[in-house]
Amino acid sequence: MSSRLLTPVDAPSVADAAELAHAAAGVMRAAAAIRVRRILLALLLPVTALLAIEFAVRTGLIPVNLLPAPTQIIETMRDLGAQGLIGHITASTLRVAAGFASGAALAVLLGATVGLSRHAEAILDPTFQALRAIPSLAWVPLLLLWLGIDEAPKIVLIAIGAFFPIYMGVASGIRGVDRKLIEVARLYRLSSIALTKRVLLPAALPAILTGLRNGLSLAWMFMVAAELIAASKGLGYLLSDGRETSRADIVLAAIALLAILGKISDTLMAAIERRSLAWRDSYA
Amino acid sequence: MSIALDIHVKEKRYGARTVLRDVSLQLQEGEVVSLIGASGCGKSSLLSIASGLDRDFSGEIRLSGKPLNGASSDIGFIFQEPRLFPWLTVAQNLAFSGDNPQLVTRLLAEVGLQDHAGALPKQLSGGQAQRAAIARGLFTQPRVLLLDEPFSAVDAFTRMKLQDLLLKVALEHRLTVLLVTHDIDEALYLSDRIVLLDGGLTEFHPGPAPRKRGDVDAARLKAAILDSLQV
Repeated sequence: MSSRLLTPVDAPSVADAAELAHAAAGVMRAAAAIRVRRILLALLLPVTALLAIEFAVRTGLIPVNLLPAPTQIIETMRDLGAQGLIGHITASTLRVAAGFASGAALAVLLGATVGLSRHAEAILDPTFQALRAIPSLAWVPLLLLWLGIDEAPKIVLIAIGAFFPIYMGVASGIRGVDRKLIEVARLYRLSSIALTKRVLLPAALPAILTGLRNGLSLAWMFMVAAELIAASKGLGYLLSDGRETSRADIVLAAIALLAILGKISDTLMAAIERRSLAWRDSYA
Repeated sequence: MSIALDIHVKEKRYGARTVLRDVSLQLQEGEVVSLIGASGCGKSSLLSIASGLDRDFSGEIRLSGKPLNGASSDIGFIFQEPRLFPWLTVAQNLAFSGDNPQLVTRLLAEVGLQDHAGALPKQLSGGQAQRAAIARGLFTQPRVLLLDEPFSAVDAFTRMKLQDLLLKVALEHRLTVLLVTHDIDEALYLSDRIVLLDGGLTEFHPGPAPRKRGDVDAARLKAAILDSLQV
């Protein structure tokens, strides 16, 4: 058995190794410091605002029935927790998941069809653009008429909300693929399916993921619209219940939970986006 | 020696504008030919037609005597930009048209990128990316290599290295090469024959390879070419 022996020239000395380890630790410390600084900066505005509100309510500058103190909202959340808050959160989250999944599936399919075919674009796109302009609440009476007041109208409304940004992302993403890359693919005489799978979809992925992220955030918004009108469970129901019982603390607790859940889902999507687009040579 | 590529274009139009009319060019097997000419004279159009990518013209292209109908694995094409697929690694870009790990390894070693097989295109320098593009162009083991101003976007030193790399792979793979370039010095250094496209075709013969950069004869020929271009 032969092995290559390190010569004194290329063998790192103990001192060199220690210096390298020290430098690496320094880089990691600096990165951690940057992360902490970013978190602190992100918290600066909400924490300041919450402290100011707490002060204003406690000193009587703002009437408590209009804007409860943040500590009271936390207290309300705790009370709601004992009265089935998890059930409300679960109901809303499941509706968003079902509506987003069905809206996204249809949007990817139709967006890809429109992006790939000029004929499909000429037939479908003008109608979709017109439908896109309809405000979410305008769908509600029609969906209640057609589908009753059960789960179906809520999920369909959320699906409609998620559909359009994803459809736009997929269609425009495919149409915007660099012609030069398609020219390279043509050199290899790829079939239409292979071209779509191996070039068009990967190249359109940044726009598709942006569409999915926007679609998810709209799904949460449409969920509130759906639950405000006809629901006996969910965060939208809590909003409606708080208004009817003049409990601003319940309304604000529901709003805070919506913000938290929206942020969590967006963070997850952003992580998927970052991971999927690691190849992209972008600014940040 | 037989004709590897026989290009005959009766007419190529873009709308009402005719860019090529009655252009005929034959490339002998193993020959390196440079196509030069002013911007907009139709050099890149002629190359695109010769590759089989552009079939919207009147005329005929023959590859080793057989009519060419569309892109062929016997013809490699190197573009002005590397045009690597950014989501694929260098090795995956090379193997885009088929699975042959041994060939990928060999080609990467030939272009000096053996340590960059797993790198993404964004991690490469301009010269490295163009080396990867050359290796990808060779992956189908073509007989003819077409290059459209492949070194125009890199710095002078990298360009010289890439020119030498092209000469090396052309020799090793016994390639017939048609190179479109704006750089007369590049054409003089690389070519067995220089063709000036300026309405018709005018030919210049730099003499047998290997040539030297800044050769006196090359300087004389360069003056003659510039004279033909009325520069």
